[in-house]
Amino acid sequence: MDLKKSAPISVISIQGQNCTGCVTSILCSEYPSIKNLLLQDIIPGFKLEFVFHPNIMTASGNLAIEILENAAKKKGYVLIIDGAIPIAGNGIYCVTGEKDGRKYTILEETLKLSPDAMFVIALGTCASFGGIAAGNPNPTGAQSVGDIFSSNNIKTPFINIPGCPPHPDWLFGTIEEILTKGLENVQLDDFKRPKTYFGKLIHENCPNRAYFDEGKFAKKLGDEGCLYELGCKGPITYADCPKRLWNGRTNWVIGCGAPCNSCTSPEYPDFVGDFYERIIDLEVPANEKKVKIEEK
Amino acid sequence: MKKIVIHPITRIEGHLKVEAMVDDGQVKDANISGTMFRGIEIMLKGRDPRDAVMITQRICGVCPEPHAIASVSAVDDYAGLTDKIPDNGILMRNLILGTRSIADHILHFYILSGLDYIDPARVLEYEGRNKDLNILKYFLEQGYSNPFLPRDEIDYKFDAKTTSMIAGHYIKALDIYRKAQQAATIFGGKWPHDSAIVAGGVTEKLTSDKITEFIWRLEEILDFANNYYLPDVIAVAKTYSEYLEIGKGCQNLLAYDSYRLKSNGSYDDTLLKGGLVNNIDKYSEIDINQITEDVTHSWYKDLEPLSPGSGKTEPASEKEAGYSWIKSPRYNGKVYEVGPIADILSTYLGKKDPYIVDAVNSALSEIGGNLSSMYSVAGRHFGRALSAKIVADQLLKWAEQLRAGEPTTVEYELPSEGKGIGLCSAPRGALGHWLNVKDGRISNYQVITPTAWNASPKDKDGQPGPYEQALIGLKIKESSSPIEILRVIRSFDPCTACAVHIITPKRDTIAKYKII
Repeated sequence: MDLKKSAPISVISIQGQNCTGCVTSILCSEYPSIKNLLLQDIIPGFKLEFVFHPNIMTASGNLAIEILENAAKKKGYVLIIDGAIPIAGNGIYCVTGEKDGRKYTILEETLKLSPDAMFVIALGTCASFGGIAAGNPNPTGAQSVGDIFSSNNIKTPFINIPGCPPHPDWLFGTIEEILTKGLENVQLDDFKRPKTYFGKLIHENCPNRAYFDEGKFAKKLGDEGCLYELGCKGPITYADCPKRLWNGRTNWVIGCGAPCNSCTSPEYPDFVGDFYERIIDLEVPANEKKVKIEEK
Repeated sequence: MKKIVIHPITRIEGHLKVEAMVDDGQVKDANISGTMFRGIEIMLKGRDPRDAVMITQRICGVCPEPHAIASVSAVDDYAGLTDKIPDNGILMRNLILGTRSIADHILHFYILSGLDYIDPARVLEYEGRNKDLNILKYFLEQGYSNPFLPRDEIDYKFDAKTTSMIAGHYIKALDIYRKAQQAATIFGGKWPHDSAIVAGGVTEKLTSDKITEFIWRLEEILDFANNYYLPDVIAVAKTYSEYLEIGKGCQNLLAYDSYRLKSNGSYDDTLLKGGLVNNIDKYSEIDINQITEDVTHSWYKDLEPLSPGSGKTEPASEKEAGYSWIKSPRYNGKVYEVGPIADILSTYLGKKDPYIVDAVNSALSEIGGNLSSMYSVAGRHFGRALSAKIVADQLLKWAEQLRAGEPTTVEYELPSEGKGIGLCSAPRGALGHWLNVKDGRISNYQVITPTAWNASPKDKDGQPGPYEQALIGLKIKESSSPIEILRVIRSFDPCTACAVHIITPKRDTIAKYKII
């Protein structure tokens, strides 16, 4: 991978079965701000050029599709996909555009744009693991970017930035790490998540950890104490929320007195259990749990 | 007759297509199509009713907070908690919904719609010391233009000076959006998808410093809503004044009560009063039992229109008459538009609150309009900005009523069976959630969203939905994606992830569920 300062890097963003929550989360990035990203540099000397993004671009319709086609001709772009990719009915459950009577699906776009990308980022839990869109019984055959890559033998490197929503720092921090250290030096876990942000359990850094250790558990929401008995999934969830906090460090899930729902996990939302009931089996670490479920 | 297809429609939430039949520069017919669906309500079946508050927020990441409020209201209703929520819980819910709705409106006007009215390239002519504008100017001077160019032809009307001013507000709006979401996160826990909203109240434990922090964070947001956003909308309405006549739509409005207010010790009053408005200014009370959903032109097996409490749908993606995954909600068989203009006119006419009447009248006099001007493209933007102002003016009062250290939630036991309904005013209008519980688990969950009302396809009587009616008769300058059509559609602030309902193809038992 050859990244030079000063030459802008094209970014193409496409959207599958999403709720646009990944976008509204990213819109709240503080440093860099969206102004920095759109009009200036992501880091001084490294410029991203947002050549196709459905939520901010002026053009619609045929012209938007032409812009996407032209952008794809120049290989080596960064491809960001949010939302899941439905494969049932040949992708008909997510039609993204139409030109000259020909319909385009997110499945086709992913297959067409991924091979020539420098790298692909699966943004949010739907793109990373299927998430909400692939919820049981998954009527549209929603799949993650990784599923699509392995079933279609696409070798382009990809990184999962899960979260429902993903924290803006997780996305831009990862891109910054790639730009400055090189893609090959970004450490990923077994689920292709950057270890910088997903290397530790919520539980390991939780400010309520002392309550857990001394057995002081809240009996109802609003009480003092660890939220474990009220359904907190912090002990099985990998993310740095307790240290990073959310929205300009104003608050975060456990900080506001609510249990973690494990939204960065491959198991979310079906296999993490009831949100307000105690974790079913703490002995099974999250990463092994999915394998067991799949074996059933 | 020529067919114009615009797909994707960008700068909206989700995947939406318009097909317009055009003859001699005029739209003769239009079909609006939602082209994506998921399956959220399937997941809800069999789940703990409390989980619905978290799951249904994922219907939409642009407006998750009204889904949380509607869903938690349905759960409270089923559990008999509605009148037991502590003051702090009700106030924080109002503050979260209100602050995030204002942010949503600002996002819609500047980031989503702004480029329909202002040409950022004219900032090249800017001579001045505003830092943001000089950053944009330098960006353009270096030859960058994405994502603003290329674009289809647009008849921009503002002069260079006004263009630069509003372009500067576009950049500022990005900051204000972030700051408003941060302020609401003090109570909600996280944006998007608040965690703190739960059955019985709000989990955030209030301390004096948090209340004070919220109040001071509000200052800049209220200033923007009142002194930038509303004046800019008025400038658009004046400069593009033909849009006060364009895109009238069905001219029937529907709204739900929203933002509970305390009066005489109980929460019977609401800031926004629900109801129906017909013939421009004739108000009547709403009876939600009159709401049904029609699937004549939706990709579902044909059935008689059903009420949301007993909704049943079976998908039929090959159905010849179908052209959208969106269904057609109707009230007493008629087409209704929802949204800020409905919320405001229903409150104005039904409640006659002097403050709201005065706010609406004085703003209307500035654009030289009257109540009928609200039924238009510019009127919808105007109604949205007015709604932001009306809610903004309450936020400080609600924040000052919060009591640090006092309860924010109430203790409860969930009954094993029951039903609940939760209604509220979302940024895009009337939102309803219908919940049924059996054996302690969700047995049926239905959602009718604002965009389902507005972007609905034609029904069994051939009545086009509100977007379609607003397009029919529209005069356009022919191109591959005429700006006139896009301005009409964006004036409704489409949210298609919210609007699309589907069901699972194979499991009949789940076929009662609406999918979003």
